[in-house]
Amino acid sequence: MEVKLRVSRFDPESGDGVRYQSYALEVPDYATVLEALLKIREEVDESLALRCSCLSAICGSCAMRINNQARLACKTKVKALAGDGDEIVVEPVSNMSVIKDLVADMDSFWQKVRAVDPWLQPKGPPPEREYLVAHEVMRPLADVAGCIMCGACVSDCTVLETELGLGKPPDETFLGPAALAKGYRFVADPRDGADADRLEVLSGAEGIWDCTRCNICMEVCPKGVAPMEQILALRRKAIEQGYDQVLGARHTLEFEKTVRETSWI
Amino acid sequence: MKYAFWPGCSVPRQGTPELRITAAAVCAKLGIELEDLSLAPCTGSGILQAKDLIYADTLNASTFAMAEEMGLPLMTICSTCQGVFSQARKRMKEKPDYLARINQNLAEQGMEYSGSVEVNHLLWILVEDYGLDAMRDAVVRPLKGLRVAPFYGCYLVRPSAALGFDEHPERKTSLESLIEALGAEVVEFRGKTLCCGYPLVGVNDENSAAMVGTHTLEAEEKGADCMVTPCPLCHMNLDGVQPQAGEQRGTRIRMPVLHMTQLIGLALGIDPPDLGFDRHTVSVKGVLDKLKL
Repeated sequence: MEVKLRVSRFDPESGDGVRYQSYALEVPDYATVLEALLKIREEVDESLALRCSCLSAICGSCAMRINNQARLACKTKVKALAGDGDEIVVEPVSNMSVIKDLVADMDSFWQKVRAVDPWLQPKGPPPEREYLVAHEVMRPLADVAGCIMCGACVSDCTVLETELGLGKPPDETFLGPAALAKGYRFVADPRDGADADRLEVLSGAEGIWDCTRCNICMEVCPKGVAPMEQILALRRKAIEQGYDQVLGARHTLEFEKTVRETSWI
Repeated sequence: MKYAFWPGCSVPRQGTPELRITAAAVCAKLGIELEDLSLAPCTGSGILQAKDLIYADTLNASTFAMAEEMGLPLMTICSTCQGVFSQARKRMKEKPDYLARINQNLAEQGMEYSGSVEVNHLLWILVEDYGLDAMRDAVVRPLKGLRVAPFYGCYLVRPSAALGFDEHPERKTSLESLIEALGAEVVEFRGKTLCCGYPLVGVNDENSAAMVGTHTLEAEEKGADCMVTPCPLCHMNLDGVQPQAGEQRGTRIRMPVLHMTQLIGLALGIDPPDLGFDRHTVSVKGVLDKLKL
């Protein structure tokens, strides 16, 4: 089939801003957007910069905005988005700065993941042998632990877009769906002993209560991590453990109280 | 056509009573019969779901059971209510064990939910059941020349898996189809399916107002005469918070925001004074002037 790709191009050394370049090419019906982009790079324009590695939705390198939505290019079939001869728009992930063409600077992404201390902090001395955890406790964590850090959710997060639009420095903005989901992964892990500290930090400014529940991260995540659901689970845990004096928690409790008492809000 | 009418937040005084009035007026004009369900409880708006899912689903299952008892499909007039209902319905439909658990709670109130209620937003009902051709026929005052920017509200577009988009792909563009059927012109803009900021009111007012500013200014830049929304919560924020949104950016924004039912009402020939525009923060005079009303 024939496909037209309209690709966002940016070269910091050129001194020009972002421009869009169109390519028309012939690809097999089963081709992914990534395969089409690689074909452009190999056969048409070797200057096109993009990031990819595994080609099988495991490494998380090739997240980009395809037709106005963050997706893994290797998991997105051309045919699913465009009929013969239709155009597909390809841009780098949003809410991050662009290094070149489709390659984004992930520094702010990693900074936020690191900010939630994404490692186990066990309570007490380590056991003599391995930790034993029940299957039913760990199973619900499999989806959230399956995050491949592609940045799709962060790219399309409406709160981050809003705060960056207000001119906030990236390191002072909303922690975002990926980092908060990662935070939940450790709060909910029975081997972790730092729940209280974690929940206090995550309940603070730019944390769990700043999510606007727009559901976009739920929609764009290519691995079923359901980041917003994890943020809501953190909210429940925070309230349960007494971190209920911040505005968001008080609002939730007041809402619940009103509905329980009057059936209405 | 007859529905169990779920009025949602248009019930409380501080909400959007003009929505309920105009929804009833529009349905009466179109010959859609409504039976009030105003005794039913709040949907929980997604907030309660995040606090106590079982309790929230029990509340909504009781509303579903009331509609079943009436033998009628449910009709909503709010994107948030619809989304919350759709998600609750999906959870109970997919997991019989879960439905049984909810029904145990309902049994205490002497109620039972079978698990198969139909629940649809008025927007979907008009596009799918009433039909766009019939809609065009019902228009007595085509909104010719009026440029309208559609604003869906998150819950009417996401999470898509709960919203029946596979069986009803026309839902994805239902608001645009409706605007065109009323004779108006659709203004495409990026904000169409983004967040109005309402869930952040009182929690992060700065971000909430910034979202309002982004969408209303984009609609203005694209040459819209007004925005239209099928969600009262979006209306409350996009209209009510517009002055603060303007202040935040050192400008004055004057983007009228209409409830979907008000736009339909204009096209069906309902007198503007009967459409509750006086409750709006931002004047809709520009819209009425353009329509020579």
